[in-house]
Amino acid sequence: MSGLVKFLRRPIASTLVAVLVGLLIAILLVLVTGYDPLQTVATLVHGVFGSPKYITNVIIKATPILLTGVAVSFAFRTGLFNIGAEGQYILGTIVATIVGVSVNLPAVLQIPLVVLSGALGGALLGALIGFLKARLGIHEVITSIMTNWIMLYLCNFVVSSEAFHNPNSNTAYPINPSGYTMILPQWKVSDEGIEYLLQHPWLRDVLLKTDLNVGFLVAVFVAIVVGILLKRTKLGYQLRAVGLNKDAARFSGIAVERSVVLCMLISGGICGLAGALNITGINPHTLSTLVAQEGYGFNGLSVAFIAGCSTVGCIPSSLFFSALMYGGMTVQQVVGVPSEIINIMIGIIVFFTAIPSMAPWIADAIERRRSRENKNLAQETKGEEA
Amino acid sequence: MQTVILLLGITLMYATPLVFGALGGVVSERAGVTNIGIEGMMVIGAISAAVTGYFTQNPWIAFIVAGLFGALMALPHAIASVSFAADQTVSGVAINLLAPGIALFACRRFFDGAAMSPMVVKLPRILGEEWMKGTSWANLNVNVSTVIAILLAILVWFVMYKTKWGLRMRAVGEHPAAADTLGINVYKTRYICVLISGMLAGFGGASVTIGIISRFTQTAIAGQGFIALAAVIFGKWTPFGACGACALFGATQALAIILGGGELPIPSTVLSMLPYVMTIVVLVLFVGKSVAPKADGVPYIKGSR
Repeated sequence: MSGLVKFLRRPIASTLVAVLVGLLIAILLVLVTGYDPLQTVATLVHGVFGSPKYITNVIIKATPILLTGVAVSFAFRTGLFNIGAEGQYILGTIVATIVGVSVNLPAVLQIPLVVLSGALGGALLGALIGFLKARLGIHEVITSIMTNWIMLYLCNFVVSSEAFHNPNSNTAYPINPSGYTMILPQWKVSDEGIEYLLQHPWLRDVLLKTDLNVGFLVAVFVAIVVGILLKRTKLGYQLRAVGLNKDAARFSGIAVERSVVLCMLISGGICGLAGALNITGINPHTLSTLVAQEGYGFNGLSVAFIAGCSTVGCIPSSLFFSALMYGGMTVQQVVGVPSEIINIMIGIIVFFTAIPSMAPWIADAIERRRSRENKNLAQETKGEEA
Repeated sequence: MQTVILLLGITLMYATPLVFGALGGVVSERAGVTNIGIEGMMVIGAISAAVTGYFTQNPWIAFIVAGLFGALMALPHAIASVSFAADQTVSGVAINLLAPGIALFACRRFFDGAAMSPMVVKLPRILGEEWMKGTSWANLNVNVSTVIAILLAILVWFVMYKTKWGLRMRAVGEHPAAADTLGINVYKTRYICVLISGMLAGFGGASVTIGIISRFTQTAIAGQGFIALAAVIFGKWTPFGACGACALFGATQALAIILGGGELPIPSTVLSMLPYVMTIVVLVLFVGKSVAPKADGVPYIKGSR
C-alpha cells in the first residue's frame, strides 16, 4: 500500500491516472449507448495490434503529430503558446508541394531539398509570429490563430491556381517521384520485390499495403535532439530561462527578443517539417482543398500536453494518440460505437494531465486516511487494555 | 447605399456570436483565469440550443438553456484552474477537445444517430419577420441576439468599472494576494467569473444555431471561439475593446463577401484571407502591444508569494 502512495507521488503517475480516468469514462459512455464494452475494447486492441498493417498505419499517423507535439512542447517550455502549429504545418505542406512539383533532381538531392524547404516555410512563419511578438508586443496567440486560417486559404489558393491544379480533382499535382520518402518504393513493386514479399507475408503487409516511410525515424530523431538542445545546451538553458522569467533572463544578459524569435523559428520549422514529410511520405503526395483545419497542429497540442511537454515523452504520447484515433475508426466500423467517444476520452485525459497535483493529492488522501485508521486502532487497543 | 446597408447587416450577423464569446473571455481573463476553452463552450451552447429549441419549440428557453450548459462546460475548467491550480492553457485546450465530442455524442443520441440536427425554431427578428421584406433594408432587421449582445456588452462594462463587485473582480485578476488580504474571496470570485464566461460563450453558440443557421451542424462553430479569443487580446481585455475587435472582424468578413459577389478579378480564396490579414495589419499599424491582466493564467495558492 505504501508502494502505491510512493508511486502516486512520481510525475508519471499523474499521466497514468489521467489515462485511467479517461478510459473509465469512455467505457461508461459505451455502456450508456448500449454497446458491449468488452467487445469494444477488444476491437480497439485488435484495430491497433491486429495486423502488421494496422501497427504500421498507427506509426505513420503518429509521425506528423509527434513532430507538432515536439514543436508545441518546445515552445511551451520556453514560455510561448504555439497554437499556430496548424498553420505552420500547412505552410510546410504548401512549400514542399510547390518545390516538389517544380524541381526534379535525383532523389539524393530532391528529398532533402523538398523536406528542408517545407521546414523552412514553417520556420519563417513561426519566426514572423515571434518577431511580431518580440518587436511589437503582439500576442502570439492572435497572430497564430489568424495565420492558421490564412494558411488554410493559401493552401486552397495553390490547389486552385492554374500552375498547380490537377485537372478534374480537388488536389494539386503530386510531387515528382524522386521526392518520395517511402521505404523501398521502387523495389516493393518490382517483380523481384513482389516475389520476395510473397514469401514474407508479414513484410508484405507492412510494405505493400501501407505508405511506410522514413518520417517516423526523422521525427524520433528530432524529438531526441530537441530534448538535448533544451536540457543540455547553453542555448536551451537561455531559452528556458526566458520562459521561466523574462525579466530575470534579461537581467542576466540574455537577449530576450532574439530568443523569442529563435524559439518560434525552431518550433515553426518542426511543424513545417511535419507537413513536408507527410507530402513526401504518403499518398497522394500533394495538397488537397481544405474545408476545415485538419487538426495536425491542434492534435500536436494534445500530444504535447499528455507528454507533460517533454519532447521525448511525445514519442509514446503520439503513438498512444494515434492508436486511439486509428483504433477508434475500426471500433466505429465494426462495433458501431460512435468514434466521438474517443475524442471525449482524449479530452478527459488531457484535462486530467492539466492537473499534475491530482495524483499526489490522492496519495495525501490515502495517507491521511491511513494515519486516522492507525490512530483509531491505537485508541481501540488502548481502550481494550484499560 | 444598398451596399452600405448590406455591409452593416452582414457585419452585425458575423460579429454577434463573436461578441458573446469575447465578452466571456474578458470576464474570465480579467479575473485571472485564461480561457482558451471559449470555442468548446460555444459548441456546447450551440448543441444545447438546437436540442432545446427542437423539443420545446421555444427559442427563448433554448437560448437560456444554452447559457446554462455553457456554464456547466466551464465548471470543470473552473475546478481545475481555481481549486487545483492546474495549467489553465492545458485545461482550456482539453475543454476544446471534449466539447465537440460531447456535442456530437448528444446530437446522435437526440436525433437518431444523425450528425446534424433537424431545422429548429429561430430567435425572432427585432422588427418582426415582415419588415421591409425583399428590400436591402431587411438586412438590418437582425435577430434579437444581436441586441442582447450589445446590451450585455454594456452590462459587463458597467459591472466591471462602475460597481464594487467589478472592482473586486479586477483586483483578483491583477493581484490576488492583495485582494485576499482585503477580505475578497479570490476562489469564489474566480469561480463565478469562469462560470459567467461559460454562460456568455454558451449564448454565443446559441446565437449561431438558433439565430443564424437554425440547426446544429458539426461545423456550426468552426473557429469563432478562437477568433473571439483573439478579439479579447486585440481589445486589450476590455469589453468595448473586444466588441470593437469583433465588429472590425465582422466588417472585413462582410467586405470579403460583398467583394466576392462583385465583378472583381480576385480569387475567392484570397478574399477569404482578407479578415485574417486585416486583423494582423490593424494590430501592427494601430494597436501594438497588449498587456494581459497581471495574474492572468496564474493559479492563486493561498499563502504563496
